[in-house]
Amino acid sequence: MKTETRPATGGQTSGKQPPGRTRTSSGLAFALAVVLPPRFTPERVRTDRRYRTLDKYRFIVGFLALPLLFYTVFVISPFLQAIYYSFTDWAGGTTANFVGGDNYVKMWNDEKFWDSLESSLLLLVVVPLITLTLGIFFAYMITAGGRHRRGRAVSGVAGSSLYKIVYFFPQVLSIALIAVVWQQVYSSRSGLLNGLLGSVGLESLEQRWLGGDYKLALFSTMAVIAWSFVGFYVVLFSAAMGAIPKDIYEAALLDGAGRVATFFRVTLPLIWDTVRTGWIYMGIQALDAFAVVLIMVPPHALKVTPVYLYERFREGQFGYATAIGVVLLVLSMIFTLIVMRIGRRDQIEY
Amino acid sequence: MGTNSVNRRDVVKATAAGLLAVPALGSLTSCATGGGSDDKAEKGKKSAKNPLSVKEDAPLQAYIFNGGYDDKYARFVSDMYEKRYPKAKVDQKKTERIATQVQPRIIKGDPPDVVNNSGAEMMSISKLVKNKQVSDVTELLDAPSWDDPDVKVRDTLVPGVLEMGQFGSDACYQLNIAQTVYGIWYSDTMLREKLDAEYPKTWDDMLALCKKAKKKGMHGWTYPAGHPRYMFFSMYAMFGQAGGRKQLDAFDYLEPNAWKTDAVKQVFEAYEELLAKKYVLTGFDGKNAHIEAQTAWTKGKAVFIPDGSWVENEAKDTTPKNFEMRVGATPSFDKGDPMPYGTLYAPPGEPYIIPAKASNRQGGLEWMRMMYSKKAAVNLFREVSSMPVVKGAIDGMELPPGVKSAQQAVKAAGDNIVIAFFKEWYADLWRVDFDEVVGKFMNGESSVKEAMNAMQKAADRTAKDPDVTKIKKS
Repeated sequence: MKTETRPATGGQTSGKQPPGRTRTSSGLAFALAVVLPPRFTPERVRTDRRYRTLDKYRFIVGFLALPLLFYTVFVISPFLQAIYYSFTDWAGGTTANFVGGDNYVKMWNDEKFWDSLESSLLLLVVVPLITLTLGIFFAYMITAGGRHRRGRAVSGVAGSSLYKIVYFFPQVLSIALIAVVWQQVYSSRSGLLNGLLGSVGLESLEQRWLGGDYKLALFSTMAVIAWSFVGFYVVLFSAAMGAIPKDIYEAALLDGAGRVATFFRVTLPLIWDTVRTGWIYMGIQALDAFAVVLIMVPPHALKVTPVYLYERFREGQFGYATAIGVVLLVLSMIFTLIVMRIGRRDQIEY
Repeated sequence: MGTNSVNRRDVVKATAAGLLAVPALGSLTSCATGGGSDDKAEKGKKSAKNPLSVKEDAPLQAYIFNGGYDDKYARFVSDMYEKRYPKAKVDQKKTERIATQVQPRIIKGDPPDVVNNSGAEMMSISKLVKNKQVSDVTELLDAPSWDDPDVKVRDTLVPGVLEMGQFGSDACYQLNIAQTVYGIWYSDTMLREKLDAEYPKTWDDMLALCKKAKKKGMHGWTYPAGHPRYMFFSMYAMFGQAGGRKQLDAFDYLEPNAWKTDAVKQVFEAYEELLAKKYVLTGFDGKNAHIEAQTAWTKGKAVFIPDGSWVENEAKDTTPKNFEMRVGATPSFDKGDPMPYGTLYAPPGEPYIIPAKASNRQGGLEWMRMMYSKKAAVNLFREVSSMPVVKGAIDGMELPPGVKSAQQAVKAAGDNIVIAFFKEWYADLWRVDFDEVVGKFMNGESSVKEAMNAMQKAADRTAKDPDVTKIKKS
């Protein structure tokens, strides 16, 4: 580390270091100083300019050691182990033979894997678009979509604070519960959705939503995921929009900008960072979609890659399953990098 | 930040360096494949009263699948165990997710002593056998039975129990406790009073009967479209009837073109006709489909449903008192069929395993010995109205109509009981592939030929998959 740290308070200076000390003795003293509190540290070490660097990193380590240890044991180590097992034929027993890239070759030739990946990638592309668009739209309506009121440049639609709470409801429910509830809603014969369509005379639109048709199952899944996450983004984006200074809106208003222009010229650019973060987060959620699909969708109708992975685990093909997991990890990283790239804009400070 | 002037970038850099360094230093020693120590299971003293050398004060843990059977029938056995070994405590747990709960413990080398490996989330038994994670229970089979010390346990069980546990070897790794009878279920009252008909013994009669039902505003058939694999329960014996045991062996041993034979075609075409004539009440989708379809059936909206003998218990809340539930063997095609009418798909089911590294392995075996006692068998029957695999256990008892007809069907079948081993050995081929293929077929999205090709493709893939343990013809 070449970090030169200037004395911040000017109390101690590095000029006092006595010349002529040998490297070894000062090295030893330094090693000792790592564990010694400053008051027991020899003066000559304490006044050494390198001591500041040491003290600084010791300070950092003091705070980070424990969390990092936990992170290493419970996050990093499983990741590395998973990568290792993806190169083995581990079947849940005590032996795991190294088989090189066999699992990856198998995956390349596995039609079922590609079928599941197609569904997962469709979710990855479409779901964030729907969810974020709705989230931004609702958030804008809540913060700036209402009629102009006296003394305020912008205000939300009537009852906006209530909407904010209502939108957030699905976020409070567990995802398993959401999946079970929607499974009932979609039920072909006794579901709320078909019942509703029938009662308003739209029998022709009634569908066997989860009856085995791939497109319908995909649509139904997308709708549920979007529904369950949109509230979170409404709150996230309203917070971001709330942080935009009102005088910018006032200026835009004085210049004669309407709601649409204000949104595209003022609001969206100013919350762009939040949108990008939300996009990455939602993308990863959509790529996962495990719980919703596993609980709600019959497996013959639609299968996403995480569910396919889970089935490999159930069949005791742990090596192959971890290889699929590694591919999913790489995919999420690529997705994140792409979004970071295409979403990069100059930051606007306000 | 005061005098220490820590900036964020330094923290990030140091953190990253630390994260890369620490695992390299050997924190990987606790690998998942580490396994447990090879402690020998605890044993007690062998005696006439204790033929399996159970350690009398060793605690026992049992995991029971919490499905249609609940776990009360197992609690009965646990109580028996605690009564015989008062110093031992039986910790019985129930779960719907056996694999999630038990598999990690098996891998860790700290498994429960008895596991009811059942349900949609059961562990792959062939993998457990391959990994030597389940005990060979021959010791139990050769032990004196609970009720009569002169008769070995193996001689008290109906045929098929042993074969279901063998997986191509001489040892036995899995113990089933109840005989499931699959077939076409119907209400005798409805058949006689509403349709004035006998149960159809040929497929032509079946079609004629469905036509008659349609005229009276009823559907001939229904099935849970959310679990299309239920169709297997009426198709399997028909595959046997049309193609003989040769055909069924071809499925089991993943022989080339096993799913492309004329026999398979004949069966699929039979159902295609049923669908084409709109005799089937559809639209029971989703994961609760079996309950929905069964309810429609007990309410008289459809005459027949392909199902297993658990249906009597599962549908008892909606079954009318005078329903007179019956199971029929699958209709035959013509007199020249290789296997006659009456051929019955009736495998022993509800599997139990004793994990190899169970700390109280002997206790687990003893628990199963008690499960195979007449007392426990009768109780099992009372709790879940399923036929226990213990010979003659429920003879002379007053049986509910469904069980009674199932028992009669087993007797009528005689030697013509068929068991789909491939369903147990290659669980995915049935649970996932058959489900998908028949799901499409029953929805009218694929033809007979497409369905057969798709099944063949799935079987070929299974045969080629190095991760699937194959079982050879012995």
